[in-house]
Amino acid sequence: MLDLRWPIGLLFTLVGLMLAGWGLARPHGTLPVTLAVDLNLGWGLVMTLFGAAMTGWAALAPAPDDGP
Amino acid sequence: MNVHWIDYAILATYACFVVGIGLVLKRKVTDAESFFIAGRQIPAWITGLAFLSANLGALEVMGMAANGAKYGLLTNHFYWVGAIPAMVFVGVFMMPFYYGSKARSVPEYLKLRFDEKTRGLNALTFAGMTVLASGINMFAMAKVFQLLLGWSMDASILVSALVVLAYTITGGLASSIYNEVLQFFLIVFGFLPLVLLGLHDVGGWQGLSAKLPEGFIHAWSGLGSAAGNPMGIEWFGMVMGLGFVLSFGYWCTDFLVVQRAMAAEDMTAARNTPLIAAVPKMLFPFLVITPGLIALALTLHPAAGAAPLLQKLPDGTWDYNNALPMLMGHYYPTGLLGLGLTALLASFMSGMAGNVTAFNTVWTYDIYQAYLRKEAPDAHYLWMGRVATVVGIALSVGAAYMAMNFNNIMDYLQLLFSFFNAPLFATFLLGMFWQRATGHGAFWGLMAGTVAAMGHYAAIKAGVTSYPSDMAGNFYGAIYAFVVCLAGTITISLVTRPRPAEELAGLVWSLTPRPESRDVAWHRRPAVVGAVVLALTVALNLMFW
Repeated sequence: MLDLRWPIGLLFTLVGLMLAGWGLARPHGTLPVTLAVDLNLGWGLVMTLFGAAMTGWAALAPAPDDGP
Repeated sequence: MNVHWIDYAILATYACFVVGIGLVLKRKVTDAESFFIAGRQIPAWITGLAFLSANLGALEVMGMAANGAKYGLLTNHFYWVGAIPAMVFVGVFMMPFYYGSKARSVPEYLKLRFDEKTRGLNALTFAGMTVLASGINMFAMAKVFQLLLGWSMDASILVSALVVLAYTITGGLASSIYNEVLQFFLIVFGFLPLVLLGLHDVGGWQGLSAKLPEGFIHAWSGLGSAAGNPMGIEWFGMVMGLGFVLSFGYWCTDFLVVQRAMAAEDMTAARNTPLIAAVPKMLFPFLVITPGLIALALTLHPAAGAAPLLQKLPDGTWDYNNALPMLMGHYYPTGLLGLGLTALLASFMSGMAGNVTAFNTVWTYDIYQAYLRKEAPDAHYLWMGRVATVVGIALSVGAAYMAMNFNNIMDYLQLLFSFFNAPLFATFLLGMFWQRATGHGAFWGLMAGTVAAMGHYAAIKAGVTSYPSDMAGNFYGAIYAFVVCLAGTITISLVTRPRPAEELAGLVWSLTPRPESRDVAWHRRPAVVGAVVLALTVALNLMFW
């Protein structure tokens, strides 16, 4: 059918980078919770990692059927 | 609310991906079977996550957060009591009939097992209920977008309906299922920071418990009597009404979820579909109910100088329905807010696409092909499926505008389930496990059960009987519907002529060979997976007793 790991991996990498980039460019103001890292930057990186892992998995172990 | 272009950019990226998946899968849609049942070739982990996600509409997510704020940890029972046991049951015991009979839909199974009229009744009530559920779901989502983005309800309803239309009309069920898995991950990543930030803010689980009334942080200890807990229900109504009748009625017979398992690649994958879904399902209260608890804590004990998080309604109660979006607005900065909105939109779309794909299949196979046009070329039914997709979405939009006048949206849906789904489980139970049950018995039993549930509701409205809460009333209505259907079906079956045994092979437990799972690795055997899932659920219940 379709190797779903590709779209999931790409979407999360893309959105993760958007969030992280936004966090770097425009650190948010005061929030109700104070954290050591910028929230957007931190969570963006977590999402990018997840996306990269999915993409890497799809690339290294292709589905037997057909590609993306 | 401060919304930037970055929030819109994240939403737009998501929309491009879901429509893109629809377009990629369009080339796989060559005939009606591939459009309606995805050609039965999807692996279990995908159908499993889709099984979960299709049920996880915006209504579910918002409603569970609202219930979390209103009833506390008792809401977890919608998952641990009201879902997991039924999901294990449908996987281990019922899927062999659904998948093995090669029926293309749940109503079609009823036709094979019973008769045409039972199928017709189920197809009509299911189609109607699906459209309503889809409309309420859509209304829930539009309200959030109005609250957080300042969008008009009309605009958000129109835009989201068009996106769902774009990917369901192209790729059919396969597109809906693949997108549901993508949406599942987005929901997790979009809501998880909210729970983590909230818990961090209120001082962890200990801090949260300290800020809430005693009855809100226990799942079981207040269930000894109706007065001992915020939901106004005692353990019998909870376990029998929600845990047995409503839950089994939904998870075991609702085509919306069963359709996902029917698309699986083989019998083992089909049986494992609800079992795989059960694992994230039992952890979901953490993601969707905890925000409700945090919202209540911030309402009862606002930070110094801050206003309560939830607003007071004119009738003096808190506006629970907005617990989730209010909390998101409270904690999420620009950027993360876009992700949170995307997660809400994803949950809405997965629910809506689930409803739409189930609706178009039931309409085309069980109403159109069964009664309106029996013999037509395959391409005609594929065309009709696409027409039904458009009509189903248009009807949902209509239902969304109808649904704007109810206090707690979840109670409303529970009410509908208690009318139609609760008696249905009795029909399936007897159909699958009692060879003697007949078509006349099933049809009239089902009718009687639905009428009993409606009569019970009318009695509450007329003041003849009353319950401490709407929820308790729904649970008991479901119990009555089930018992009346069970008794009616048995009585009428005994006085009508049964079908010969040879016609029922593959449809009834006693006449069907047990599915062979000896050549399947032990950790993939449905009975083993099911036992593990149940053990984990019991452990969770004990942890939050």
